[in-house]
Amino acid sequence: MRIFLAKRVFTLILTLLVATLVVFVVLEILPGDPASVMLGINAETETLNALREELGLNRPVWVRYTHWVADLITGNLGISYTYDVPVSELILSRLTVSFPLALLAMTLSTLIAIPLGILAASNHNKPMDFLVMSFSQIGIAIPNFWFAMLLTLLFSVTLRLLPAGGFAGWDAGIGPVLKSFLLPTIALALPQAAILARVTRSALLEVLQEDFIRTARAKGITNQGALWKHALRNALIPVVTIMGLQFSFLLAGTIIIENVFYLPGIGRLIFQAISQRDLIVVKNLVILLAGAVIVINFMVDLLYAVIDPRLRGGQDV
Amino acid sequence: MALLQVQDLCVTLNTAHGPQEVISHINFSMEAGDKMGIVGESGCGKSITALALMSLLPRDSQTRGKIILEGRDILKLNSNKICSIRGNRIGMIFQEPMTALNPVKQIGAQVSESIYLHLKLTRKQTLERVSELMDKVGLPVSKFGLNLYPHQLSGGQRQRVMIAMAIACNPEILIADEPTTALDVTVQEQILDLIRDLADSSGMALIIISHDLGVIAQTAENVMVMYTGQSVEMGSTMDVFQNMSHPYTYGLFSAIPHVGSSVQLDRKRLNSIPGQVPELHLRPRGCNFADRCSRALKICKDKEPMATRVADHHQVWCYHPLTCEDKK
Ligand SMILES: Nc1ncnc2c1ncn2[C@@H]1O[C@H](COP(=O)(O)OP(=O)(O)OP(=O)(O)O)[C@@H](O)[C@H]1O
Ligand code: SF4
Ligand SMILES: [Mg+2]
Repeated sequence: MRIFLAKRVFTLILTLLVATLVVFVVLEILPGDPASVMLGINAETETLNALREELGLNRPVWVRYTHWVADLITGNLGISYTYDVPVSELILSRLTVSFPLALLAMTLSTLIAIPLGILAASNHNKPMDFLVMSFSQIGIAIPNFWFAMLLTLLFSVTLRLLPAGGFAGWDAGIGPVLKSFLLPTIALALPQAAILARVTRSALLEVLQEDFIRTARAKGITNQGALWKHALRNALIPVVTIMGLQFSFLLAGTIIIENVFYLPGIGRLIFQAISQRDLIVVKNLVILLAGAVIVINFMVDLLYAVIDPRLRGGQDV
Repeated sequence: MALLQVQDLCVTLNTAHGPQEVISHINFSMEAGDKMGIVGESGCGKSITALALMSLLPRDSQTRGKIILEGRDILKLNSNKICSIRGNRIGMIFQEPMTALNPVKQIGAQVSESIYLHLKLTRKQTLERVSELMDKVGLPVSKFGLNLYPHQLSGGQRQRVMIAMAIACNPEILIADEPTTALDVTVQEQILDLIRDLADSSGMALIIISHDLGVIAQTAENVMVMYTGQSVEMGSTMDVFQNMSHPYTYGLFSAIPHVGSSVQLDRKRLNSIPGQVPELHLRPRGCNFADRCSRALKICKDKEPMATRVADHHQVWCYHPLTCEDKK
């Protein structure tokens, strides 16, 4: 187990380094002169030179790269060209919206999907299974911005229970924050739950066909008992895989929902930074998100090992 | 009263060609401590018979007839009652030790499961029982921890775990469905010895299924020869092996060198009978063996043969059984 962990951590660090290299090459070297990218073709030579100086573009490439990696580690990422605030501060403030939102949505989706998946699988081919699968089909088919707007219409416009959008800010206290998170969380969670419930169900049904389930039943366990005590844990591998993918998506891919609810999250920041050619922000956001995906995959790998002893590698008798 | 009576057991399964009767009119009975063998080519319904005894057939199957365990027809019991019989009164060992154990559960937990389900023991007593069982099957806890996972064991060791699970509650009947087919030849002998010893010492009845005549000869007192879901010959192992009457049984034996002394039977897969087992939906109207049988008469293709008595407790389902002269 210790060897397994050490190996995983080593791969993690290596992958992160490769990611920085790729991002650096793609965003700093390939597009030509970053300063003119940021300022546009009509920029004055003097302004260009000043920006080049500020960005350190006159230094050799490898110095810039190592400095950037060092900056990433220390969190000192420079000043945003358009927002005129430290990039790290900017990203951090957006993360305080996106990360809790992603976490909430993931939690809600899991809480809905896994019980529904189990319910469907344990009632395979019965009305309950059909019902759950129909809901899931609808959940998958509905575009999530449309669903978000429906929610706003119902809860904010008609019932006036919740804010239609905007983010109160953490200074306002936990209550208002949760209120502004509620609808986006639901809008994000339900479509994902629809998929996750399906995955849970089919993973369970597959495991229930296995020989060891028959063995368990030969010991006298009930069908339900076999599902809970023998099938469930074996079925978690595909479920965790999908959850990892979904969480990655929730961190960065929620731009539509953020726009519908006027939330100052990462998705909107990345959109704005790109449209304003704020290369410093873009570069650091991209590496941050790539890093997040890599770390999520790392944690998914660890979870695999927790679930299935065969994936712990190494120690045979 | 017999321990187990199987009366007119028929099983219909849903197959690619619609519902097909894969087991037809099986009858046998066992007393406590009996050892019975079921032998036949692959696909002849041995496993389905065993699963029927455990009520573990697929949900969309139909079972007719009676399976009377100590006076109660288990086909009439509800699922709760069946669960209290499985693993408790009847234990079963499966063919594939590689896939028959849960890969994510420690072997100790898997062995203790049926004890936990059926015997109301304290934690400590359960643990004692588990280590006693592990000793019995040759995986002493001192050498093989209870916290090992199946993938850390060899095939033979896994089959030992299976055996420990099957006998955990001292069942009256142990069903071993080809318990050694998937194992190395050297390990096969050890596992068979273990099963025989356990059956002898505890007095449980044993149903051993195999397509290996040697295994049956060494283990069982009675044997049922099956073909296409039917019994074609049945009797004490001595009688059947020394005075085989059904052409199919004879064909099985001919697959083995040195017929005559049942003890010296070589282990060999059965493959010398011409032709193949007819597919379920293509079975002929009369005797199912007719297309492969060199002794077939005209009547064989028209009407299914009935049981004929060869000797006490020795029956054959054939119109033209072999006699002593035929075998010379
Ligand atoms: N789940 C199932 N659905 C439909 N048909 C099945 C099913 N299981 C088995 N059968 C069919 O039932 C017949 C009997 O199968 P069974 O598994 O009992 O054979 P067997 O004698 O145990 O053979 P083997 O020696 O290969 O284990 C076969 O023709 C098989 O194709
Ligand atoms: S009944 Fe006829 S076809 Fe069938 S085994 Fe006997 S002789 Fe052969
Ligand atoms: Mg079989």
